[in-house]
Amino acid sequence: MGGDIGLWGVPLAILGGAIRVSTPFLFVSLGECLTERSGRINLGLEGTLVFGAMSAYAVAYETGSPWMGVLAAMIAGSAFGLLHGWICSLPKVNDIAIGIALMLFGMGLAFFFGKSFIQPVAPDLPAINFGFWSDYTQVQAALKVNILFLIGIAASLGLWWMFRNTKIGLIIRVVGDSTDAARAMGLRPNLVRLLSTAAGGALAGVGGAYLSLYYPGSWNEGISSGQGLMAVALVIFARWNPIYCFWAALLFGGAGALGPALQSVGVTQGYYLFYAAPYVLTLAVMILTSSASKTMTGAPAELSITK
Amino acid sequence: MEQSLAQVPAIAAPGSLSKAVRRLEGVVIPIAALLAGLLAFSLFLLVVGKSPIDFYQLIYKAGFGTSFSWQNTLSRAAPLLLAALCVALPARLGLVIIGGEGAIVLGGVATGAIASLLVNVPALLAIPMMMIAGAIAGALWIGAVGAMRHYRGVNETIASLLMAYIAIAIMNQLVEGPLRDPASLNKPSTLPLAEHLRIGSLPGMDVHWGLAAGIIACVFSWILIEKTSWGFAARIAGGNVRAAQIQGLPVGILIVGFTALGGAFGGLAGMFEVSAVQGTANASIAAGFGYTGILVAFLARQNPLAIIPVAILLGGIEASSGLIQRRMDLPDATVLVMQGFIFLAILISETFYGQFRIFNPDRWRS
Amino acid sequence: MSINYKTSRRNLLKSTAGLAGLAAMSSIIPGKRAFAADLTVGFVYVGAKDDYGYNQAHAEGAAAVKEIEGVTVVEEENVPEDVSVQKTMESMINFDGASLIFPTSFGYFDPHILTMAKKYPDVRFEHAGGMWQADKHPMNVGSYFGYIGMGQYLNGITAGHATKTKKIGFVAAKPIPQVLLNINSFLLGARAVDPTITCQVIFTGEWSLAVKEAEATNALADQGADVITCHVDGPKVVMETAAGRGAYICGYHANQSSLAPDKYLTGAEWNWAKVYTDMVNTMKGGGTIDNFIRGGLKEGFIKMSPLGPAVSDAGRQQFEETQAEILKGGFAVIKGPLNDNKGNVIATAGQSFVETDVALESMNYLVEGVVGSTS
Repeated sequence: MGGDIGLWGVPLAILGGAIRVSTPFLFVSLGECLTERSGRINLGLEGTLVFGAMSAYAVAYETGSPWMGVLAAMIAGSAFGLLHGWICSLPKVNDIAIGIALMLFGMGLAFFFGKSFIQPVAPDLPAINFGFWSDYTQVQAALKVNILFLIGIAASLGLWWMFRNTKIGLIIRVVGDSTDAARAMGLRPNLVRLLSTAAGGALAGVGGAYLSLYYPGSWNEGISSGQGLMAVALVIFARWNPIYCFWAALLFGGAGALGPALQSVGVTQGYYLFYAAPYVLTLAVMILTSSASKTMTGAPAELSITK
Repeated sequence: MEQSLAQVPAIAAPGSLSKAVRRLEGVVIPIAALLAGLLAFSLFLLVVGKSPIDFYQLIYKAGFGTSFSWQNTLSRAAPLLLAALCVALPARLGLVIIGGEGAIVLGGVATGAIASLLVNVPALLAIPMMMIAGAIAGALWIGAVGAMRHYRGVNETIASLLMAYIAIAIMNQLVEGPLRDPASLNKPSTLPLAEHLRIGSLPGMDVHWGLAAGIIACVFSWILIEKTSWGFAARIAGGNVRAAQIQGLPVGILIVGFTALGGAFGGLAGMFEVSAVQGTANASIAAGFGYTGILVAFLARQNPLAIIPVAILLGGIEASSGLIQRRMDLPDATVLVMQGFIFLAILISETFYGQFRIFNPDRWRS
Repeated sequence: MSINYKTSRRNLLKSTAGLAGLAAMSSIIPGKRAFAADLTVGFVYVGAKDDYGYNQAHAEGAAAVKEIEGVTVVEEENVPEDVSVQKTMESMINFDGASLIFPTSFGYFDPHILTMAKKYPDVRFEHAGGMWQADKHPMNVGSYFGYIGMGQYLNGITAGHATKTKKIGFVAAKPIPQVLLNINSFLLGARAVDPTITCQVIFTGEWSLAVKEAEATNALADQGADVITCHVDGPKVVMETAAGRGAYICGYHANQSSLAPDKYLTGAEWNWAKVYTDMVNTMKGGGTIDNFIRGGLKEGFIKMSPLGPAVSDAGRQQFEETQAEILKGGFAVIKGPLNDNKGNVIATAGQSFVETDVALESMNYLVEGVVGSTS
């Protein structure tokens, strides 16, 4: 049984919160990172996340297997990604607007088909208890790490390595930096972007599966409070580097745990402002690190939002 | 064919006809896209086992079929007009602002705050002051996004979204803290507006004055963009910032000015929510008009005049949501799906501009 | 109970889906009044009808009204507290012929219900939780509510017996009177078992915000709270997260025992089925509904979930004794000597506020022993 840990609860909650809350941010931002590196922005990942959450929950409930749910979310997410990628390959279509439309579309479909899955209880994804060495239940709880979180770490390392060392990574980077150069090399920019967006959508779908199948672990229409949109912001924050995406997601998750943790130790004034801390923090870092005169380091040159 | 286009000067049609035909393209393509979107949505309805005919009949009936339906539709369209301008004006400069909700919310709070000081001021003076307060709050908020964009290169789409979250937090903190009316027991709110500060309905209708203000603002914005040198300069800067700077255009002033003006309209939307609908500022003013406004602005292709019919169309769709739930046993999200189909179809139709020879008099003979 | 509800609802959906499709074709020809019932009753919800919480409790009440012969029920969910709800009510009146409407969210009252009531004096509007006042509000508006704080007091008694750490926790949406009364009652119930118990409260700031509710629950568990309850619209997330951390749970709004049967002690549930069928029957019989209706356990407005297996014998005994006491009427949770958690006197020795006291509906304090702040 755990003892009284008093003020230590705050850093512990931030650590635990970072691990618990960050995973959807991590997957969506990795997906967005992949898509943006190919020169396109998909603002619709919020819709993909919500639809992923719904489809994962529904399939997990129907099959009894949470991993089937994750698979379903990946398939649904890549379908949304393919749709985005295909529409954006048409000339003169604005990728940002298509993203907003797909956000609406994904959320609408998720709410439409998700009505009958609000009540049932689907099986949760398993977690590994890394806190077994501690006598404190609080430490055990904070270090109870979901497998998806670990997969997320592996995925960010993998993507980072892929961009640096593999031919696929090189192709994506070339396409993202110059459509003309890519064509001159005999690449098909639209195809590369289509596949990158589809893969990005699949990752975002997994982020949704984490929401509904692990934390908070149920499906309802308020399951996402904008995690998918924020993750797009985090990619810019993370300078299109998958490793930085991981740290940004952790930071954002931890900042999100700050408000409840402070209240629990008696800091009760102004909790709305504490709850807004992650947004203020992100904005402050963006203001400090951006520059009016030069494009951001790491930014793919073909990206509409940084041009 | 492209070569012949370059060689043949515009001799095919007389100027006015040529202009009219080109204009026609901007009407025919969106309407065709709208119909295509509705057709696709009909297939969706058939797949889920519902009758599209019943569905559209209900939309007509509940959105446009009776005088009550029209009042319902127009009431819902009113806030969307101003919210859409908050997106459309910055879009003229190539900026995508998705955080108009922040301007609306803070405009509403500013209105609620200043109204408590104006209890003894006659309406003729007090209501303009409330409008100015709401507009200034919104203008500062979205103008700041423009300033961050221009002076620090911060991406305006993301910044405006973050600012919207922050604005809602500030609103909640103020409404439940310093601005709270102690008598607002179970719904923390600012002091209720004095009776004479509440804006009523348009004559003969059950729709508040925000509708008229929204239409005026749309017409004003259209004139600003299409008929003034400021609008012209903004269009150049939106096309290419560096070219505009080389020509000596005050790009910074344009960016901050257009974002601030958009924000002012957003703040005004919040002012009308407080003074015409809620009668006080509270969390209910964060009802998502800012996000629906994005949809309206994009469907209107950022044209302020087109915002008017689009807002009415979306108002009608939302007005019919309830009857669809009650009569067809469909969930409330059905209209969200429908909006998604329409939105996608209209955006896809962008690709067809300039593709049809019939809309291009220069190519009629070639 | 909720399992029954689930299955019956599913079967209902299956069997009516085909019929509804056929019926829809004929019933919605414009201009034709679709409903020929004696009385049409409208229900408006602010969230989803099956949220395991506030809205579900009302929807279960609406389902009971559907069973009354000659009554048609029309429902609409996810209606925000702006002009939308006014138009929804008007649409139910104009298109469905509704003559009795239950707009169930608190925020619908002022100005939305009041505006519509003035416009449609022949329609009856009944609102949950509002403060109808004869001198200020139209006569065709009524407000009703239940003394659910009593349910939280009983929750607190089971919590007082179950806690080992002597710390219990409460996840709350906003510091408003209804919520504060629940928090205070929960703690005072626990203190009726052991006066050293404290209750930690965390406000999430929103009525429905899943991740924040989960984080708040975890923060409570981190501080050692081992019995947790809540007052948010949909308690499902709090219940599942708290049980996952090994804490006992007390339900709210509806019965959540199926989410974690071993950890569920009891729960304070609304019994709107009784309230709504009574009102509808009154109106159907040509009578008038009172404008200001309140009731508690005794009147059947609220009920307790069956006690879970984790409740000890001593806990069961005190629960049942206290419940019997409350059922007699005139029970007071807030009674002196009592201070708030800032040291101000709430009630002197001998002073008490019984459950029916309207003063409780403007509560603005947290009592001694609650860790938290009202602003």
